[in-house]
Amino acid sequence: MSQGIRGVTGAIGDRWRSLPGWQRFVAYAAGVAFLYYLPLLGIPGLTWFRTDYIEGGNSWAGVLFLCAVYVLIAIGLNVVIGLAGLLDLGYVGFYAIGAYSVALFGSTQSPVVQWIQQEFGLGTTWAVAWAACIPIAIAAAMISGVLLGWPTLRLRGDYLAIVTLGFGEIIRIVAKNMKEVTNGAEGIGAIPGPQGAPSADNNIFGLLDPKPWYWLALTVVLIMVFLVRRLENSRVGRSWLAIREDEDAAAVMGVQGFKFKLWAFAIGAALGGISGLLFASRQGFIQPAQFDAALSILFVAMVVVGGSGNMAGVAAGAVLLTYLPERFREVAEYRNLAFGVALLLVMLFIPQGLIPSRRRARELKDREKEAPANA
Amino acid sequence: MNWNALFENIGQHTIDGLAKGAIFALVALGYTLVYGVLRLINFAHSEVWMVGTFAIFGFWSLLGVTDNPPLGTAIMLLLGGLLVGAAASGGTALLVERTAYRRLRQKNVPPLIFLITAIAISLVLQEIFGLWQGRLVVGMPSLIKRETVLTIGNAEINNIQIIILVSALVMMVGLDWFVNKTRNGRAIRAVAQNPDSAALMGINKDRVIMLVFVLGGIMAGAAALLWDMRYQITKFDIGFVLGLKAFTAAVLGGIGNLRGALLGGLLLGVIEVYGATLTQSTWEDVFAFVVLVVVLLFRPTGLLGESLGRARA
Repeated sequence: MSQGIRGVTGAIGDRWRSLPGWQRFVAYAAGVAFLYYLPLLGIPGLTWFRTDYIEGGNSWAGVLFLCAVYVLIAIGLNVVIGLAGLLDLGYVGFYAIGAYSVALFGSTQSPVVQWIQQEFGLGTTWAVAWAACIPIAIAAAMISGVLLGWPTLRLRGDYLAIVTLGFGEIIRIVAKNMKEVTNGAEGIGAIPGPQGAPSADNNIFGLLDPKPWYWLALTVVLIMVFLVRRLENSRVGRSWLAIREDEDAAAVMGVQGFKFKLWAFAIGAALGGISGLLFASRQGFIQPAQFDAALSILFVAMVVVGGSGNMAGVAAGAVLLTYLPERFREVAEYRNLAFGVALLLVMLFIPQGLIPSRRRARELKDREKEAPANA
Repeated sequence: MNWNALFENIGQHTIDGLAKGAIFALVALGYTLVYGVLRLINFAHSEVWMVGTFAIFGFWSLLGVTDNPPLGTAIMLLLGGLLVGAAASGGTALLVERTAYRRLRQKNVPPLIFLITAIAISLVLQEIFGLWQGRLVVGMPSLIKRETVLTIGNAEINNIQIIILVSALVMMVGLDWFVNKTRNGRAIRAVAQNPDSAALMGINKDRVIMLVFVLGGIMAGAAALLWDMRYQITKFDIGFVLGLKAFTAAVLGGIGNLRGALLGGLLLGVIEVYGATLTQSTWEDVFAFVVLVVVLLFRPTGLLGESLGRARA
C-alpha cells in the first residue's frame, strides 16, 4: 500500500514537472482561483464536502478559515521539523504569543493597553492599530524563538523536543498566572481585526461572515508559500537540508549548524505568530486554555502525517486533520483517538508521510539498508 | 516570594518533598532504563504509569473497597494493588515495545521518528482511557488513614509518607541489585555498554530490551500504587505532567544512571515543594521545566553522569 501511494504521488510529480511552463502557470492560476471560490462552493456533487450541509455542522467558510490558519502553521512548523530536522513540541507557544500580541496591544480590554492609556493620558478608546500589531506579533514570536533556541539548540535532538514541550506549557502557565498583564484564565476580548475593534459597523471583517476572513488567511498562506519556497531553494534552505541529513558532514563543509538552526527556529516562530494573530483577530476573544499541549501535538501530527519536508504534503496534512473532524461530526468525540492512531500508523508504515518529500523518503530508505542485522 | 513560609517549616517541606520525589524517582527509572539500553526517550512511559493508576483503581472498585478498612485488609489490598499495577504497567510497556518500537528498530529510523511514535502511543492510550473512563478526575477510597507517627522538631511525618519512602527505597534497592548482581542484569549492562559485542557474546538483544521495558513498567506500577494511595485520584491525562517531571528527575540525576534517578527524583520533589511554598502553588509546575533547562545547559550528563550499571568505556 505504502509503495502505491508513494508511486502515485511520485508519478504525478514527474508528470507535473515535465509540463511546459505556461501550462503549469495556467494550472496554478486555476487552482488558486478555485481556492478563492471554495467558500461559495455550489457545484452539484461537490456540495457533499460542505460542512454546513450536515446537521449541527459549522459554517463552511469558518472551517475553511481554520484550515487556512492551520496550513500556515504547518508550513511554519515544516521549516523547523521538515527542513531543519528539529522536533519542536512547543509550537503552540509561538501561536499563543502571536495571538496574545494582538490581544494585549490591540484590545481596549487588555491591561497593557489600559496601562498605556493611563500613563500617557490617552482616551479609553485608544489601542494600537491592527496593522501595527502585525510587526509586533512577528517580532515577539521571533524573539521568543531565538530566546528559546539560543540555549537549547546545542542540545541533542530528543532533549530539544522535551525542552520545547516544556516551553509551550510555560507560555500557557504564564498567560494564566500573570493576571495583571494577561487577564489570566478569564482571557481577553474585543481583539481587533483589519477594520478595528469588533463592532456591528464592520461590514467586511465582522463576526458573522467568515468568508472575508478566509480570503484574507488564504492570501497570507499563498504569500508565505511563495516566500518559504524561495527560502527552501536558497543557500539557507540547502544548509537546512545538509544539517538535517548529517550535521557533522555539513559542519565540515562550512555550514554553521547553530546559526542556521536558529534561523529555522526564528522563521518557524514568525509563521506561528502570524497564524496566532489571524486566529485571535477572527475569534475576537482568547484565553490560555485554548493553547494547550494537545494542540502542539496536533500541529506535529499535521506535518508528519502529511509528509514532513514537502510543502504540499504538510498543507494536505493540515487540511485533512482540520477538515475531517468537522465534516464527520458524529465521530468528533473520537477525533483525538483518530489523530493518535493515524500518527501511529503513518510512523510505523510510511514514516515519510502521505505525500513525502523525495529526498526524505530516500534518506529513510538508506537508513533501512544500513540497519544492523541483529537490531 | 514568601520566604518566611518556607523557612519556618523547612523540615516539613523537606519531608513532603522527599515523599513526592520518591514517586518521581520510581517513574524516572523507566526512562533511565530504556535510555541506558536504547539511547531513546520512551515518551510513552508516562502513559504506562497512567494505565497502572487506572488498573489499581479498577481492582479496588471491583472488590468494593470502602474508606479506611481494617489494617490487615488494607495491607492485602495494597499488596494486591502492587501486583495488579505492576502487571498492568509492565504489560503495557511490553506491548508498546513489541508492537511499535521493535518494528522501528528493525527499520533503523532516525530518533525523531521514535519520539513521534511514542507521542502517538501516548495520545492513543490517553484517549482510550478518556473515552472509556470519562474525562473527569476519578476518585478512590483511602486505604490507610493518615496519622502523624513521628515528629522531628516541628516537622510531622505521617504514616503514608513513611510507606512511600520505604517502599520506593525497597523497590529501588531491589532493582539496583537485579541490574548489578544477577545474570539478567549483567546482560542488560552488556547491551547498554555495547549492543553489538553483547550480541556476539550470545546475549539475545531483543530479550534484554523486552526485560528492560518490563522492569521500567513494574517500577511505574509501583509508583502508580503509591500515587493512588497518597493522592487517591487519577485522570486520563494525568501522565503528561508527571511524565515530564519524572523525565526531568532522570536527566537531573544523569539519564541512564539508576542511582541518579533516585537522587534526581528526591531532589526534584524537594525543589518543587520549596518552589510551591514560595509562590503559593501558582507556579508549582514550572519549576520542573526550569530545572530541566538549567541542568541541560550546564551539566547535560546530570549530577551523577550517564551510565547504566558501571562506567561506560
